[in-house]
Amino acid sequence: MAALDTDALGAWVREYARAVTEHREELTELDSAIGDADHGTNMHRGMTAAVAALDATPPADAAALLKTVAMTMISKVGGTSGPLYGTFFLRMSGALDDGSPAAFAAAFRAGVEGVVARGKAELEDKTMVDALLPAADALTEAVEAGQELDTALRAAADAAAKGRDSVTPLVARKGRASYLGERSAGHVDPGAASAVLLVEAAATTLPGS
Amino acid sequence: MAAVGIVVVSHSRPLAEAAVELARQMLPNSTLAIEVAAGTDDGGLGTDAVAVSTAITTADTGDGVVVLMDLGSAVMSAETALELLDDDVRARVVLSAAPLVEGLVGAAVVAAGGADRDRVAAEALRGLAPKQAHLS
Repeated sequence: MAALDTDALGAWVREYARAVTEHREELTELDSAIGDADHGTNMHRGMTAAVAALDATPPADAAALLKTVAMTMISKVGGTSGPLYGTFFLRMSGALDDGSPAAFAAAFRAGVEGVVARGKAELEDKTMVDALLPAADALTEAVEAGQELDTALRAAADAAAKGRDSVTPLVARKGRASYLGERSAGHVDPGAASAVLLVEAAATTLPGS
Repeated sequence: MAAVGIVVVSHSRPLAEAAVELARQMLPNSTLAIEVAAGTDDGGLGTDAVAVSTAITTADTGDGVVVLMDLGSAVMSAETALELLDDDVRARVVLSAAPLVEGLVGAAVVAAGGADRDRVAAEALRGLAPKQAHLS
């Protein structure tokens, strides 16, 4: 099975939907500490709608699958994570090439660069970018070193979690949390937390090669 | 005479509709196109970039559209909406950094008077001036 076929990517999306649903209250709790207390609810609504859209109209190919997820997130999430995750999946969809691990890594990076451009966030602003950029770097590095995709994604998920934790002590510089200034320090960023779940879902569902 | 359209993007549909009502009070008998893209489809707080792009397309008569937003995801959804538009429509759209209520009232008044897009956008940005002058 190629890494980028519709079955594999569909499994990733479904696992991510399951994970955000499982962690829904935790994500909202993190967001109630430093934001507007809707991240878990929003991500659950968006990803549930994305899975429903895939069920309603099975996509013709991998790019169409990611585009369906993108458009659903953009439309249904409601909060900033809608345009951000939507842009991630949209850019990934546009960057898909063949089914190789290198192509997946490149498409993942294109998605992350889309998030950076959309949110205008930099490293240490305390956002999802702090999980996603290290994940993209780890993924590219592992794939270029010849590792299997599942091993590379494990490294990416670990890098994402490390990135999430590294910004917990920092003061948020973007999003609703930035309104709180110093009070945001010491709290886990909810966007970084949901981004770790995205990479974890890829690591547990996508095949080795 | 130009017919510039206006789009209001807000987390809250009641907030957007009330802002439009306030602006329309200044424009009796005007057919100015003011479209609203606000709230989630289940009636909650949130923004939807697909709804914003539809509202822009509806408000556009070919003379351009000025988009007013509240905060946070409203801004990012409006930016994402631009990506979903055809190139020729996108080129006619201005996303305004103006405050929503004051910007909307200022923009609506000059748009109803037939001003072109750049003039409408400039008037939106000037929206805070009367309040600032009064309180200074």
